[in-house]
Amino acid sequence: MLSASYNQDDFPPSPVSIKILIAGGFGAGKTTLVTSVSEIKPLRTEEELSEPGVLVDTLDGVEQKTTTTVAMDFGRITVRDDLVVYLFGTPGQHRFWFMWDELALGALGAVVLADTRRLADSFPSVDYFEQRSLPFVVAVNCFEGAKRFRPEAVRAALDLNPGVPVVLCDARQRASCRDVLVTLVEYAIRLISDSEVMSSA
Amino acid sequence: MRGGQWLDRDAGPVVRPYALTGGRTRPIGETFDLLALVASVDVGYLDNMLLEPEYLEVMRQCRQPKSVADLASDLDLPLGVVRILLSDMRQNGLVTIRQPTRTRLADPQLLKDVANALRKL
Repeated sequence: MLSASYNQDDFPPSPVSIKILIAGGFGAGKTTLVTSVSEIKPLRTEEELSEPGVLVDTLDGVEQKTTTTVAMDFGRITVRDDLVVYLFGTPGQHRFWFMWDELALGALGAVVLADTRRLADSFPSVDYFEQRSLPFVVAVNCFEGAKRFRPEAVRAALDLNPGVPVVLCDARQRASCRDVLVTLVEYAIRLISDSEVMSSA
Repeated sequence: MRGGQWLDRDAGPVVRPYALTGGRTRPIGETFDLLALVASVDVGYLDNMLLEPEYLEVMRQCRQPKSVADLASDLDLPLGVVRILLSDMRQNGLVTIRQPTRTRLADPQLLKDVANALRKL
């Protein structure tokens, strides 16, 4: 048995880790956004997975389980020595939700990147965060050549709750992505203070 | 895949990831978060011959505490594999794993600090 010369108590103080998820359909710009605001590194997972198209929760299909590698975009923003923001960009399809459940645990919130040419690709992400009451903002990535829509139109198309912020962004621009993250954090602060008002009333 | 040829990473790893874990797919002991911090324990004397190369690499990389996610990314190993390696190493007293501090997520002041810091990016 190896003897440890120091124990858990000697561990330096842990920085506070803030976790933000970057969701959205394939090609919506998740990787671009994470690259624009943080040091990005690939993160692989190798997981058991049901066949694509088989609902994870049904019992039929369990016998078809297989292993797959999922690559996530993983970014880190060191805010201060004691405060680090982690960004996780994950594939938006239902079949990757096993990853999301872990990522969503303890997350501050999420950015749902939407491409107006394929707005329906954002539905699963929106549903997911609504069901788990995780604060999220919808960021409409303004692709060149794509028709511009007003945020209100996107809000209506996605049937969002009135409070959910919808912002236009350019995932290639650092300042634009930064503003999206700030919008999310401010929204989370608003939700906290609203719930405090509710509980003290 | 272009032309139906399996080249480089398309062909998959030379050693299947879970071969490193003896085929096990679940970590042992208390579960830990993706953002838990791992630190190598200074065990004084290390007989390199007795440790798997992956163990030594983890020990080297975690002299300064590092998150599980950072470690998996830097080792270029799947997260699940890294978790099993770490749980084994913890049991052998080679690393300590500390859960992330996130009890203050509902702290508006902390979140205001985050918003202010992000604005300066």
